[in-house]
Amino acid sequence: MATFNLNINGTNQTVDVDPTTPILWVLRDHLDMVGTKFGCGIASCGACTIHLDDTAVRACVLPISVVGDKKITTIEGLSESGDHPVQKAWLEHDVPQCGYCQAGQIMTAVALLKENANPSDDEIESVMHGNLCRCGTYTRIKAAVKTAAKNM
Amino acid sequence: MCKEVSQNHRSQNQKITRSPDRQITKYLMTLVKISHGRRSFIKSSALAGGGVMIGFSWLASCKPTPEQLLSMPKEWFKINGFLKIGDNGVVTIMSPNPEIGQNVKTSMPMIVAEELDVDWKYVIVEQAPLDTSIFSRQIAGGSQAIRHGWEGLRMAGATARQMLKEAAAKTWGVPVSEITTEASMIHHKNSGKSAGYGEMASAAASIPVPKEVKLKEISEYKIIGTSRNNVDGQKIVTGKPLFGLDYKKEGMLIAMIVHPPAFGLKLKSFDDAAAKAMPGIKDVFKIDVYKEGDETQWCDTLSFNELVVVVGNSTWEVMNAKKAITCEWEQIKSKEIEVPFFGKTKKVATPSGLENTDDHLAQMIAASKSAATTVRKDGDPEAAFKKAATILERSYTAPFLAHSPLEPMNFFAHVTADKAELVGPIQTPEFMEKSASTRLGLPLEKIDIQMTRMGGGFGRRLYGHFLVEAAVISQKVNAPVKLIYSREDDMTTGIYRPAYHATYRAALDENKNLLAFHVKTGGVPESSLSANRFPAGAVDNYLAEEWTVTSNVSVGAFRAPGSNFIAGAEQSFLDELAETMGKDPIDLRLEWLEKAKTSPVGKDNDYEAERYAGVLQLIKEKSGWGKDTAGLHRGVAAYFCHNSYVAQIVDIEMKDNEPTIKKVTAAVDCGIVINPVAATNLAEGGIIDGIGHGSYSAITLKDGVPQQNNFNTYRLIRHKEAPKQIEVHFVDNKKDPTGLGEPLNPPVIGALANALYKATGKRYYDQPFLVDPKLMG
Repeated sequence: MATFNLNINGTNQTVDVDPTTPILWVLRDHLDMVGTKFGCGIASCGACTIHLDDTAVRACVLPISVVGDKKITTIEGLSESGDHPVQKAWLEHDVPQCGYCQAGQIMTAVALLKENANPSDDEIESVMHGNLCRCGTYTRIKAAVKTAAKNM
Repeated sequence: MCKEVSQNHRSQNQKITRSPDRQITKYLMTLVKISHGRRSFIKSSALAGGGVMIGFSWLASCKPTPEQLLSMPKEWFKINGFLKIGDNGVVTIMSPNPEIGQNVKTSMPMIVAEELDVDWKYVIVEQAPLDTSIFSRQIAGGSQAIRHGWEGLRMAGATARQMLKEAAAKTWGVPVSEITTEASMIHHKNSGKSAGYGEMASAAASIPVPKEVKLKEISEYKIIGTSRNNVDGQKIVTGKPLFGLDYKKEGMLIAMIVHPPAFGLKLKSFDDAAAKAMPGIKDVFKIDVYKEGDETQWCDTLSFNELVVVVGNSTWEVMNAKKAITCEWEQIKSKEIEVPFFGKTKKVATPSGLENTDDHLAQMIAASKSAATTVRKDGDPEAAFKKAATILERSYTAPFLAHSPLEPMNFFAHVTADKAELVGPIQTPEFMEKSASTRLGLPLEKIDIQMTRMGGGFGRRLYGHFLVEAAVISQKVNAPVKLIYSREDDMTTGIYRPAYHATYRAALDENKNLLAFHVKTGGVPESSLSANRFPAGAVDNYLAEEWTVTSNVSVGAFRAPGSNFIAGAEQSFLDELAETMGKDPIDLRLEWLEKAKTSPVGKDNDYEAERYAGVLQLIKEKSGWGKDTAGLHRGVAAYFCHNSYVAQIVDIEMKDNEPTIKKVTAAVDCGIVINPVAATNLAEGGIIDGIGHGSYSAITLKDGVPQQNNFNTYRLIRHKEAPKQIEVHFVDNKKDPTGLGEPLNPPVIGALANALYKATGKRYYDQPFLVDPKLMG
C-alpha cells in the first residue's frame, strides 16, 4: 500500500492503495466514480477511456503509480453541467443504445477534437476504432463527432 | 438534493429497477402467455388519495431540467400501476420491461403517454418494479416488449384519462361525454371550464376504474410515431451510475470466480493458501451454484456448477488473489438430465470429453450426410429430385459465438436469514426470482430483485446463474457482495450461440424451373430450422430436415436465435439459385411469394406473403436496384422473424482488394413505429451486429479450451469496418407493432455474402467470412 495524491477533474484526491492498482479501479472502487467503465481489462475495448492531461488513455491498464502529477479527467468532469459540445452532440443524435460504452467513446472523441478540430471521416474512424460498441452505434457516433466538431 | 441514483434507490412503491433486452429464445416468443387483466389498472388503495412518494430517479440525476424543477409536485396520486400524477400535472410513467439498449424505457412510456393525452415534456419515466400482479411479461427477449405491451400500455393510459375526465365531470357537474382532453389539459367547451391534470389528479384517484374505454384512432396520435430521445440519455453521457456494475452498498465486498479452463472439466481440488494471505482478501471457498436435486428452469443453464470464489475488499485485490489460486481439474462423466421446459421437459445430454472445433465440424458434416428428422414435407420431394436435370447443393457453417455484452456479467446480492436483496442486470427477473428462492431456501416473497439498466445482453443475460452465484456467495459470507466476472470469465463460461451447419438443395428441370427445395440443417447441439418459414408454402415439393450433435459446451439464445444463422444461409442459397435459374434475385423471391400468396402449399406457413413481398418491393424502389453503378457491388436478402419483415441491400466497394461497405439499405415492416429515432438506431445496430458477427467473430475450441478469451482474440466489428451509411425505411401500414430488436441482424449476413460474391467472384459459405478462425486466439 502507498499513498497517492491525484488531481481528478480539478479536485485533489488522496488514496491509499497498492501501487499497481489501475486508475480504473481507483476511480470505481475507492472514489465512487463509476462513469468510467470496465469492459475488458486489457486496453482492448476503450470503455475505460479517460484523459491524462489531454491524452486519451485506457484506465484499466494504467497503474496509479505512473500517473504522477498529470491531471486526470473522467466523464464526470468533462463539463460542469453535462453540456460539453460532444455530450450535446451525443444527445442530439440520440447515440446510445445500451449506453455502456458511450462514456469511453465520448472521452476518445473529445481528445480527438482537441488535437484535430475538423477531422475527416477516415480520421474519425481511425481514432474511434479502438472503442468497441457492441450495440453497433458506430454510424451515429461518427455523425455526432462531426456535429460536435462544427459546434466547438 | 443530489443523491446518486442506483445506490439503494427505492421509492415507497418500488421494489425493483429493471433492465431489458431484445432477444430471447424463440420458445419464449411463442409460449409465454400474456394477459392484461383489469387488476393491472386497479388503484393501490394505500396510495390513492394522496400518498407522497419520494426518491424519483430524475431528482437523483442532479440535473433536472428547469421545467422539472419548477414543476416538482407536492403530492403524487397513483392512478394505476403504470402511472401517477402530481398535483401540478407532472406525470410519472413506469416502464415495465427491462432496459437493455432496445430503448423500451422511452418507447413503452410513450404509448402510455399517448393514450393519457399528456404533454411528453411533463413526463418522468421510472423503471417499474418486478411485479407480475400488475405487469405482464417483464422480460427482455424475443423482440416482444412492444408487441405484447401494446394493448396493456394503451389501456393504462386510456383508463387514467377516462378517470380524469370523470373526475372533472363530477367536479363541474357536467356530462362526461362533453369533456375533452388535450396535452395534459381537461376542457368543457360549453361552460368554458378547463383544468390541468394535476388539479383533477386527487379526484381521479378515487374514481372507479372504468370497465371499458375507447382507445385513440391512429390518426389522433401525437406522441406515437414521433421521435423522442432516450430518457436516460443525459445520465449516460455524464457517467451517472445506471448499470449493475455501478451498484454499491455500504459494507459491500467484491467477489470473483475461478472456473474450469475447459468444457468437460470440473474442479477436483484447489489450494487457496497463497490467495488467502494476500491483502484485502476475506475468504476463498468453493460453491455449488445449484444444489443437486433442486428443480431448475430453462434459464438456469450454466457450464460449471462448482466454482472457487474469492471474496475481498476491492476488485483489484480480488483479481490478483484469483491468480494465486491453483486448481486441479478432472474430467466430467457423461450424463443426461431432464429439465423443465415451458410446461414440458426436455432431455439435455452432456457427454464427457474435451471437444475440438475441428471435430465439431467433422461431426456436423457427417450428420448432414446421415438420416435426419423430417420436420416438414410437402409433395414428393424425393421423386422430384430423382427427375431433376440440375441439382444445386450448397452447405453453410457458422461457429460458436460469445454474446459479449460490453458490461460483463455481474450481480449484487445481500442475503440475510429472512431476505435476499438482489440487484443487477438480468433479462429474466420473473424466472430467476424462482431460482433464487429455490436455491436459498427462502420463500418467493422474500426475494427482492431490482433491475438495473443493462450494458447489453443479446440473450446472455437470460441465463441468470450469476445472480444465483452472487446470492450463494452473500449467504456464505453473510455480507453484501457484488460478483464481477472478468472479461475472460465472461467469454469462456459458455452459453454460446450454437455452432451451425445447413445444406440446401434445389432440383431444377431442363428449363431451369424449380421442381423441389430441400433444407437439412443442424448444429452443436441445436438446429436452427424454422421449417414453416419461406420458402415453405411457395414450393410444391419441399422437405425440411434437422439433426443435432451432442456436446458438453453450453449454449443459449443469441440475438435472433436460429435465425441469426439460417437466414444468411438460406438467403445466400437463394441468391445462387436465382443466378443458376437466370433470374434477378428479388424477382425470384417475389415470384415465389406471389405463389405463396395466391396458392400456398401446406397450411402452417407462419408468414404473410404479402407483407414479405412488400419489404422487397420497397427496397427495390428505395435502393434503385437494377441500375448498375461502376465499382459498386450489391447483394440482397430478406427474412421474416420475430413477427417482422426485413429486406436489405448491402453495397460494397473494393479498395486495395479489401471490401468496404459503402451503404446498407433496409426496408422494415414491424407495423406501427413507436419512436422513429430509436427504431432507426436499433435497426442500424442490428445491421452492424449481423455484419460484424458474420464477418469477424468465432469461438473455437481446442481440447475443450476456448481459444478466444478477450477482445484481442475474439473479434467484434469496430468503427472502420462498419457500413459508411445506413438507410432504414419503415413500411407505413398502421398495423399493430411487432418486433424490432432482432429481425435486422439475420438477413444482413446473407446480403453481405451476396454482395461479397459480386465483389470478389467468390461465394462465401463459412462464417466468419472475412477472417480465418484458426488464426484467432
